[in-house]
Amino acid sequence: MEIYATELMGSKTYDSEGNFVGRVREFFIEPAEAPNRVSHYLLSRGSYQPLVAKHDQVASVSAGNMKLNVSERALELYRPNESWLAVQKDLLDQQIIDTRGRKVVRVNDVDLTEFRWNGNTELRLTQVDVGLPGAVRRLLQGVVPALLVRKLQSKLPQRVIRWEFVNLVEPDPMRRVKLRITHEKLEDLHPADLAEIMEDLSAAERQGIIASLDEETAAAVLAELDERLTTQIVEKLDPEKAADILEEMAPDAAADLLADLPKETSEELLDEMPGQEADEVRELLEFDASTAGGMMNPEFVYVGEASTRDEVLAWMRGQELNLDQLDTIVLLDGSAQFSGTVPVARLLLAAGDQRMTELKMEPLLSLPANADDKDVFEIFDKYNLRMLTVINEENQPIGAITVDDVVSRLVKY
Amino acid sequence: MNWQAISTRFERVRTGDTDLQKKIRGLRRRLTLLLAVVGPGLITSNVDNDAGGISVYTQAGAQYGYALLWSLIPMTIALYVTEEMCARMGVVTGKGLSDLIREEFGFRSTFFVMITGFFVDLANVVAEFAGVAAAMQIFHVSKYIAVPVAAILVWVLVLRGTYRQVEVIFLFACVLYLSYVFSAFLAKPDWLIAAKQTVIPNLRFESGYLLMLTGLVGTTIAPWQFFYLQAGFVEKKVGPSQYSKARADVLFGSVSCMVIVFFIIVCTAATLYTSGHRDITDAAQAAQALIPLAGKGAGILFAFGLLNASLFAASILPLSTAHVICEGLGFEAGIDNKFKEAPIFYWLYTVLIVVGAGIVLLPNAPLWKILIFSQVGNGIWLPVVVIFILLLVNRRDLMGEYVNTLTFNIVAWVTAIAMIALTLVLTYTALFQPGTSPAP
Repeated sequence: MEIYATELMGSKTYDSEGNFVGRVREFFIEPAEAPNRVSHYLLSRGSYQPLVAKHDQVASVSAGNMKLNVSERALELYRPNESWLAVQKDLLDQQIIDTRGRKVVRVNDVDLTEFRWNGNTELRLTQVDVGLPGAVRRLLQGVVPALLVRKLQSKLPQRVIRWEFVNLVEPDPMRRVKLRITHEKLEDLHPADLAEIMEDLSAAERQGIIASLDEETAAAVLAELDERLTTQIVEKLDPEKAADILEEMAPDAAADLLADLPKETSEELLDEMPGQEADEVRELLEFDASTAGGMMNPEFVYVGEASTRDEVLAWMRGQELNLDQLDTIVLLDGSAQFSGTVPVARLLLAAGDQRMTELKMEPLLSLPANADDKDVFEIFDKYNLRMLTVINEENQPIGAITVDDVVSRLVKY
Repeated sequence: MNWQAISTRFERVRTGDTDLQKKIRGLRRRLTLLLAVVGPGLITSNVDNDAGGISVYTQAGAQYGYALLWSLIPMTIALYVTEEMCARMGVVTGKGLSDLIREEFGFRSTFFVMITGFFVDLANVVAEFAGVAAAMQIFHVSKYIAVPVAAILVWVLVLRGTYRQVEVIFLFACVLYLSYVFSAFLAKPDWLIAAKQTVIPNLRFESGYLLMLTGLVGTTIAPWQFFYLQAGFVEKKVGPSQYSKARADVLFGSVSCMVIVFFIIVCTAATLYTSGHRDITDAAQAAQALIPLAGKGAGILFAFGLLNASLFAASILPLSTAHVICEGLGFEAGIDNKFKEAPIFYWLYTVLIVVGAGIVLLPNAPLWKILIFSQVGNGIWLPVVVIFILLLVNRRDLMGEYVNTLTFNIVAWVTAIAMIALTLVLTYTALFQPGTSPAP
């Protein structure tokens, strides 16, 4: 049998001797004990202190009516407990994340299922209602007879989310631990999807999620998030945590983020970061955001032009490279000057002893770090590039701009 | 200068390294930072001067000359105080007003606030399209052409434009309100008397005068604007660190809104009041009457201002209403969604425009009754919304250190009670003594 939270709220409750005890005003789940079982019912008795019925003290439940299997004397007085999830207060009308549908939705009602044995009835939370039936129930319950409400809602299109796919958003970290709310399911989402979800939440909720994600995921999400929000989030994070996240980000993304922060905050964060990463980011911060230097990533793969395909592959296997952006390799000549690029696809098809210099792309393209971003766009468009090398005055490569940098700039224009 | 120096200089210009270019870039950057925050406050306050508003200001000037100008200063304060609370809530919580009402007061309260809002806003939309029709009549365009064209324009603008484009158009519309400033100068008013009457309160205890005063307050502070304002700051992702800029935006918006009201009243006081055309009942009549008094230019500018105001409000109201209702009740909302993803949002939006414009086109439309209804509706809705705002903004668990201070609370509650009392009086007279109150 199914029963809805709306139908359960306000139910008259009688004890084993048939005496009226009170009305159900709230009910709780204790996630530390069982993730979906209704563990306690709050029974209000007017001006008296409210009582609590435990899950094993309930004999039967129906819309508007609840019977206990113990006498009123066996019930305890209600004391607030932080580790109980209150269905009315914490769930109804609040926003949750639907991890399967990958969006933020608002809870209209909660569906419960009965399990009976040995004269005891347990309710389990099966799904949350985010559609019209729940809304109609909330509006009409208590005004129109329950049966009529059921009949009406059955004609409406359903929109429900199974409880396993519900991710609660609780900004308070202490409470989150007590309620056993983890964000493991969120970490499985694509960072871009998670970023979009976060944009629909409130500032405190966003902060709570970022703080509880692992650094790698947090870095990936921050890179995808609206930059107006990233600066707000990073400013409020604990500096140590913020530095750890920045360290996981690509240096160009980290520099973009730091450039939008007040000078003091960004300096503080850079000091927290390990020396080498911090230096890379500091160098990038020197460049104006609207130049090639401001767009480039100082981490790129470069090899000597005289090496063979097999040598390069063997070397690359030994390195921890960021595979997402590895599609072009930069070549250096004997005097460490820029001498060309080789797309990975060419490398793939080449013979084992072929030298890199034979695989070079024509024409030889590069831009100085102070070149305008418009020049970058033009050159990408004209030569259909996926990657462009940025060089310094001595013709040495200092960074690479990839096509995704260009696309995200163009979207902003 | 040798060739080398010239070429380096040239190179620096090309790559944008000269001092001047750096300065311009710095200025541009600061401007972008400012534009990242401002907008909602300025736009919301100016939309208050919609078709209904302009009609009332016109009548205030025509019937009482400069005598009501003093009320603009207290009204500016009231407008600022109420709007600032919403701006602060949006910036601090990152949530819209309807979201907060839903989360803190439950489904049923939200539902009733929303359903009332729908009908009140629908009546307001009718008033805006009626304003379009009236303004275009002065330009000799039939309402059967003007209103459908305006409706389609509004529908397309919002559905095809991005939030940023739409906002730029709206900010431009704010600038067009300056047409009232020009028409006031063309009317050659007595600036000395106008200035005196603005700073010296002149409260008269005559029923007509008091009703006009109530009308001014009632049309200037409309309940739906709070939802729009708060949503605007949320949409722009303005955070607490930019709060002072948001507040400046709200302050500038409130003041500029009242400056426009000042010029409208001055313009009609200098012409219609002085020459005895005191029985004007709407803005279109006023524009017509201005032509022989202050020249064709003044009349046309006046009518143009009315057209701009009506179109402007007609663009914002349906969108804002559909947004607020869907957000509060938990349906997908926003023009980023496709029709299939957010059907209720698009239906609400379309119904508001089609029905709103359609009613104006009915040959024997009971426009008068609908306008009264919009005013009564605003009057009933306003107290509810303002009380919700005051309760929410004082919640420490939501607002943290940004809750109202005691002084601010006193000012806010006094403002709220005064506003509520005035609108209730207006509602009462509109319902039971039609004809005595100023026509919206």
